[in-house]
Amino acid sequence: MGESLNVYQNSYLFVIMFLILALLLPAIALTAGRFLRPSKPSAEKQTTYESGIEPFHQSWIQYNVRYYLFGLLFVIFDVETVFLYPWAVAYQKLGFFAFIEMMLFIIMLFIGLLYAWKKKVLKWI
Amino acid sequence: MIQNMLESTPSYLQTGGFFLVGVAMLMVVLGFVTYAILAERKVLGFMQLRHGPNRVGGRFGLLQTVADILKLLLKEDTIPRDADRPLFIIAPVIAFAPAFLVIAVLPLTERISFANIGVGLLYYIAISGITTIGILAGGWASNNKYALLGSMRSAAQMISYEIPLVMSVIGIVLLTGSLNLNDIIAEQQSVAFLFKQPLAFFIFLIASVAELNRTPFDLPEAESELVAGYHVEYSGFRWAFFMLAEYVYLFAMASLTTILFLGGWQAIPYLTFIPGAVWFGLKFISVVFVMIWIRATFPRLRADQLMSFGWKVLLPLALLNIFLTTIVIELFRSF
Repeated sequence: MGESLNVYQNSYLFVIMFLILALLLPAIALTAGRFLRPSKPSAEKQTTYESGIEPFHQSWIQYNVRYYLFGLLFVIFDVETVFLYPWAVAYQKLGFFAFIEMMLFIIMLFIGLLYAWKKKVLKWI
Repeated sequence: MIQNMLESTPSYLQTGGFFLVGVAMLMVVLGFVTYAILAERKVLGFMQLRHGPNRVGGRFGLLQTVADILKLLLKEDTIPRDADRPLFIIAPVIAFAPAFLVIAVLPLTERISFANIGVGLLYYIAISGITTIGILAGGWASNNKYALLGSMRSAAQMISYEIPLVMSVIGIVLLTGSLNLNDIIAEQQSVAFLFKQPLAFFIFLIASVAELNRTPFDLPEAESELVAGYHVEYSGFRWAFFMLAEYVYLFAMASLTTILFLGGWQAIPYLTFIPGAVWFGLKFISVVFVMIWIRATFPRLRADQLMSFGWKVLLPLALLNIFLTTIVIELFRSF
């Protein structure tokens, strides 16, 4: 028991160490780069790139609503997956009733997908 | 050795040991990235009947990527005046950090594995999703039209293909009854899941190429239409971290494919005298090769084809795979 608890704690320590390293590497590389690279900023260099023409307007604008619709669909199906994972892990112990229940759930969501399909949400223009 | 460290009581000394193991792994990954880029250019070269890099570092261009990295380190770092400065600086870090973080749960051989987490697979999927935010932040912070288009496409593509990717794996979870990647490898001792879950493998492979933003799904950085997509405004090492994230993901995704479908470090029957590390390496390299091969073979998809393929083909197929797997399990149970 004590051993498995140790593995549990140590595993997350490992994850934290990886996180620290993943943040350290960019920090070190960019700081080291600061001493090595030249820095001669000029007004032209700092303009936004637009294939050579003078940039006009900001690009922080409203964009196509379709991205939002796909975002909504993603949330729905991702939540479905969140339900599917524990079900899949415990399935061998749950038996046939769990199968029927989950199939109903999947079919209902599939009907939702068909509805979105029919309403042309999935059509990208 | 790592196994002993995992089982001992937590202490500062041992945490330092974990840190050193992490540093070693980071070096391995950086070495892989350096030579994966070279290998990709070489293989692409041979597939297109040309030589690829052959000047820097001898006949095979062995130091080409090293030279490229040094060049990037010495490049001036420009941040556009109109950009959102803090977000612009932090975005490459957000994109890179999860790429390295997911490696923590991948068991490479029976001896070399890091964190042994019960929810390993879920951890991989959850953490790798964060990269989308980094790419989106980078494109948005640049205040550039190409970058915005690229990052928007990227976000739409990555969330669309994440669903089939995640759902294709459920078949494996059903058969194993665990999310722990060590358990998943142990389950494949006799037959790899490639043969038990061929449909899932097919979906997973396509969706993982799309998640990696590689050709034929490289719309976010389509050079010929969006210049470079979300990282147009990035230069020097900040740009390098986006590229690094991409190739570290190649490492992680190829390892995950090996672990989930090809049996990880398990030997194929009758050849158990060859050590696990060799098996893992062979399987891993073939997955990476297939990814490069796909890049050399297929043309880029159109944005509308990409989205409809993800939602109208891969997602129903992934749902079908769950359905079929459960039915097969039920049939085996009743007879």
